[in-house]
Amino acid sequence: MTRFMSNGGVSRRGVLKGATAIGAAALVTPWGTPLRAQPTRGGTLRVAISTGGTTDSLDPGSWDSEFMNFQAHTRNGFLTEIATDGSIVPELAESWEATDDAVVWTFRIREGVQFHSGHVLTAEDVVASINHHRGPDNTSAAAPIVADIAEITADGMTVTVTLSAGNADFPFVMSDYHLPILPAQADGTIDPSTTDGCGPFRLDNIEFGVRADYTRHDGYWKEGLPYFDAVEQILIFDNAARQNALISGEVDYIDSADLNTVHLLERAPGINVLSITGMQHYGLPMDTRAAPFDDNNVRQALKYAINREQLVETILNGYGTVGNDHPIGPGQRFFNTELEQKEFDPDRVAFYLREAGLDSLSVDIHLADAAFAGAVDAGILYSESAAAAGVTINVVREPNDGYWSNVWMQKPFAGTYWGGRPTEDWMFATAYAEGVPWNESYWSNERFNELLVAARSELDEDIRREMYFEMQDIVANEGGTIIPMFANYVGAYSDALAHGDQIASNWRNDGHRMSERWWFAS
Amino acid sequence: MSHIWIMIAKRLGLGVVTLFVVSLIIFLGTELLPGDFAQEILGQAATPETVAALRERLGLNDPMHIRYINWLTDIARGELGVSLANGQSVSDLIGRRLGNTLLLALYAAAIAVPLSLMLGILAALFRNSFFDRFANASALTSISFPEFFVAYILIFFLAGAGGVFPSISNFRTDPSFDEFLYRAFLPALTLTLVVTAHMMRMTRAAIINLLASPYIEMARLKGMSPMRIIVKHALPNALAPIINVIALNLAYLITGVVVVEVVFVYPGLGQLMVDSVAARDMPVVQGVALVFAAAYVLLNLTADVLATLSNPRLVHRR
Repeated sequence: MTRFMSNGGVSRRGVLKGATAIGAAALVTPWGTPLRAQPTRGGTLRVAISTGGTTDSLDPGSWDSEFMNFQAHTRNGFLTEIATDGSIVPELAESWEATDDAVVWTFRIREGVQFHSGHVLTAEDVVASINHHRGPDNTSAAAPIVADIAEITADGMTVTVTLSAGNADFPFVMSDYHLPILPAQADGTIDPSTTDGCGPFRLDNIEFGVRADYTRHDGYWKEGLPYFDAVEQILIFDNAARQNALISGEVDYIDSADLNTVHLLERAPGINVLSITGMQHYGLPMDTRAAPFDDNNVRQALKYAINREQLVETILNGYGTVGNDHPIGPGQRFFNTELEQKEFDPDRVAFYLREAGLDSLSVDIHLADAAFAGAVDAGILYSESAAAAGVTINVVREPNDGYWSNVWMQKPFAGTYWGGRPTEDWMFATAYAEGVPWNESYWSNERFNELLVAARSELDEDIRREMYFEMQDIVANEGGTIIPMFANYVGAYSDALAHGDQIASNWRNDGHRMSERWWFAS
Repeated sequence: MSHIWIMIAKRLGLGVVTLFVVSLIIFLGTELLPGDFAQEILGQAATPETVAALRERLGLNDPMHIRYINWLTDIARGELGVSLANGQSVSDLIGRRLGNTLLLALYAAAIAVPLSLMLGILAALFRNSFFDRFANASALTSISFPEFFVAYILIFFLAGAGGVFPSISNFRTDPSFDEFLYRAFLPALTLTLVVTAHMMRMTRAAIINLLASPYIEMARLKGMSPMRIIVKHALPNALAPIINVIALNLAYLITGVVVVEVVFVYPGLGQLMVDSVAARDMPVVQGVALVFAAAYVLLNLTADVLATLSNPRLVHRR
């Protein structure tokens, strides 16, 4: 059985002023999950995770692997939470409000939240936890995310954040997995190697690259949660070993299934395959400063020379959707529904090559499977379809080792993947704004940059939608990144497990929160 | 006897020099790899500022000879340092994993060594018979397949739905002995199949080689039974090459089993080494490399000592 789920669009209601209203509604179902059956308590959830390593660490600023992300949400609480429908709901912040220009944000911190150590949450904990990623010489991977915070102060049970520029989506930023709330020490910093937290489970033991064990936090503030008594999280790199572990009942859930053999898994008795359309997308960025990619006609020609349907069918085995050269997923709230879907079109390739004044085009693309699973094969398929349209693409196979430091953003045409970001602004600001460190195509577009800043603090939803529609159009038709496909999150679980009607699409594993959202069907 | 002690002392001294050379080669090799720790650990999330700050904090900006000398002085003081990635002490990291690796190697050796000696002796005894050919052919077949393939075949037949053994050796930090034997059975069996051929064929060849010598012929003329000839008279003289092959295979069981570790999710040293090299986590890479090199040095030394002891002409030298 395969369950296809997609994110049903997100209401902007409640992000700004309506936050209190959502907070009140949240009293009914604080975790935003409409429950299908009456969940039952008990059992040990055994999860196999696909990426991680002995080089993981407890410092939240270093969290990067799926293993540590799962740990982040099993052990910790966050200021805000992305609910299963993609909306932002309160977690450790009870409610929030912002000034009209979305510059100053005031979060009211929940009273009586207990850490596993017994410490009770204060506003100082929140400030210390955010400050861990700020300041000069910060080594946190989340430093760019909180760079816009000019000042953060605690007063009683409120935290006031002043931004350097308005951001209507700021509560979304606070849900980032790098920003768990940890107890402050006497000097106002957090101990980055602490195993304390205020999430649903207490971390008993963690061996990086091997396993982590948790037991239920009985003092958890969300009433009745979590359902499991304990969680056992193990790391299994090998696809076959992971799937065997599920089939033989060694684990109850695997976070990722091999797309080449997932149809066999579907046929196995007692196993459900879970396929979630999220925001994860694969891309081929071109350096827009370097010839021939500095000519938009060449970029357009290359975008029309790729056969997207074929890539989704072959590389993703059908578990995905075609992309339209912009990073916004079909489930996101301002997804441009009016934009023409690009398809393989030799006539347009010829047209754009003529416009560029070229008789023929030959380019090298540098790929390794580190960019995304199947990247090298995708490159070869691309070169076949491009050849049919009269464009020569040479696939240069690069080593996986060191790919992100030596190939990505170093070679003029390479591969990349993005887990996506929960808001349009966040995604665009991370990889498409002029001059930001992850602008993979070194792209800059005046109109786009203007719109990006204007939309960020725009409060009228219709105007904002129009702006994001135009930005998607600009990125798709003038941008430097080919985005041929959105890849589903494909995992699998045993019949014994049950979950709510809707599954979050912001990350794998029900937004990495399955340890508190799922239960054993009795 | 005293010359054996002198030999051991000399070899241990040479071993220390070997370890030093190995550490230098590993260090230079890892330096040659593109990218450094700060870039690799931050991966796609690296920005120029965070990379610079991380390098500064971890002292990666020092020239490489300074870093190597710093590491060497720590070693001289008996400290392996801490992992750049998570600040855990390298000796702790290695200690846990080394225990696992040694246990698995011993487990596999406990099956493989008696098995291959027995098969080797029997094959020599019944040489050119159907049994000899069959044992040879199956041993060669299992060594010729890649390890992961042997592992998958075993999983297919012995684990999986309705199987007897677990497909992954997922045990908590302190498993009971029984649980360990049960959970680590498939990886141990895989390794057994991989190393048996080498040892068995060496045993057979070494014994057959001796069977042509005059003293064996004498024994045969006396009417001694073939089994007695081989076990009492041929085997003691064939021990030296057999011991050497066993030592090499044991070293392999300690250092070369990363593929088996991955397939059976066994937390051994191999995976630690691979992760650390990928992240350029130098102190861990160096620490594991030293352990691997030390395993080779010690096992080879043991093999030489045992080979010497098995030969009375070398023990009672005049």
